Amino acid sequence: MDEHTKPLAEMRGVQLTLGGRRVLEQVDISVCGGEIVTLVGPNGAGKSTLVRVLLGLMEPEQGSVWLRPGLRIGYMPQRLSVDPVLPLTVRRFLALGGKSSGSRVNEVLQEVGAGGLLHAPVRSLSGGELQRVLLARALLRDPQLLILDEPVQGVDVAGQTDLYRLIGRIRDRLHCGILMVSHDLHLVMATTDRVVCLNRHVCCSGPPEDVSGDPAYLALFGSSPGLAVYTHHHDHHHHLDERIAPLEGRGEGDDRPG
Amino acid sequence: MTGLDDFMLRALLAGIGVALVAGPLGSFVVWRRMAYFGDTLAHSALLGVALGLLLQASITPVVAAVCVALALLLVALQRQRRLAGDTLLGILSHGSLALGLVVLALMEGLRLDLLGYLFGDILSVTRTDIAWIYLAGLLVSAGLVLMWQPLLADTVHQELAQVEGAAVGPARLGFMLLLALFIAISMKVVGILLITALLIIPAASARYFARTPEQMALLASLMGCLAVGGGLSASLQWDLPAGPAVVLVAVLLFSLSLAWGRRE
Repeated sequence: MDEHTKPLAEMRGVQLTLGGRRVLEQVDISVCGGEIVTLVGPNGAGKSTLVRVLLGLMEPEQGSVWLRPGLRIGYMPQRLSVDPVLPLTVRRFLALGGKSSGSRVNEVLQEVGAGGLLHAPVRSLSGGELQRVLLARALLRDPQLLILDEPVQGVDVAGQTDLYRLIGRIRDRLHCGILMVSHDLHLVMATTDRVVCLNRHVCCSGPPEDVSGDPAYLALFGSSPGLAVYTHHHDHHHHLDERIAPLEGRGEGDDRPG
Repeated sequence: MTGLDDFMLRALLAGIGVALVAGPLGSFVVWRRMAYFGDTLAHSALLGVALGLLLQASITPVVAAVCVALALLLVALQRQRRLAGDTLLGILSHGSLALGLVVLALMEGLRLDLLGYLFGDILSVTRTDIAWIYLAGLLVSAGLVLMWQPLLADTVHQELAQVEGAAVGPARLGFMLLLALFIAISMKVVGILLITALLIIPAASARYFARTPEQMALLASLMGCLAVGGGLSASLQWDLPAGPAVVLVAVLLFSLSLAWGRRE
């Protein structure tokens, strides 16, 4: 979708080496307004690094990063661990991102489904609550582009589906562009418009239905047991006809998004 | 006013001035896990003392300058990745302490109260010392107020703060300079080897009673003042060395806070 709109953010031919290891190679990626782009790839594929480069936290060795001038970015980092010795309530945490009126803070917390947490200590939050609070902090900046690094990390499967639905609703309401990192394609499929499969370079990209059948994607994530690149557990595998089948020996059932 | 009252009053004024600043500054040291960094800066203060005596200059500003120089050196050295941060701190910490001791020993014909520098000599603070403490204390407080928000954002999550446009770099640098300044003024009160105690213990004691960072910082100041008051009284009562007595009272308060925190 939105092939005609000018992108909010664009990266071309980006190359980066960390500790003698090439992490990103000739990476092109762009995000337009109103579009949800999901970055998938195995651990160590450079997803978070790519996000850091886009955010200006790291300089690429080669290539260029372009952001629309004056672009307001909301960023949700991969993890937040608050030291036990630092007392911090959700309210104070949200205020660290900038001043917002009390009613606005309440409104945003309601929207992300964390309405009752304003005075809760950040350390007392569950994984899902923490992710929602982080999302609220990003939303309080009234973003045109949301960058979400593994937004469902530490959340159970039911909660993951809820969070992805919430992200979809936010896009519909704000009409902002969203770039998110995920390592699970099936759950994001219903939400995302475009998938970019990254393994240091862009292996393939396109609508989720196309990518999940792409040979490059299958080589990376697929059922071939000879390929041990990707080690995180899968409770199902993909058939070429896009059916998702549970693996033998696991009874967790179908977690395909509704 | 009798002579006795006068020196006790000066000691109390100096101690409270230092404790007030130590609260918020120490809270950040605790939150940012910079206790060892504080120790390293404090140890370099002895080198400052030696240098001040060599140059026949006023000691407090020279000590501040040496601490600042060491802080900058540390920032530069921490950019390299060959040595872990705490190894590097250990080398500089003990290296500068040893250098300070050697330089002081080499200075001929010098009668110096080394113990006073190492463990503090609060009962001998002069009006000039107190003026320094409150002047620098005001400066440190003003600086902290200015950089509070970005420094706290950086402490909670560095990259998030950076993306949100917080002035992370200046805040970090500023914080180290404030710490260096604090060490220079508090050296006389608790001594080089005990300065970090005054930063960390009151802050840690305040943790259980605070719900926000600001509450913790203010409570830490209060705890510090109680420790100074209690320590000085104990020192007067039982003829204890004042600096260590202050630290011991702070530890006592911390233990009480632990007990209270466990009850919660």
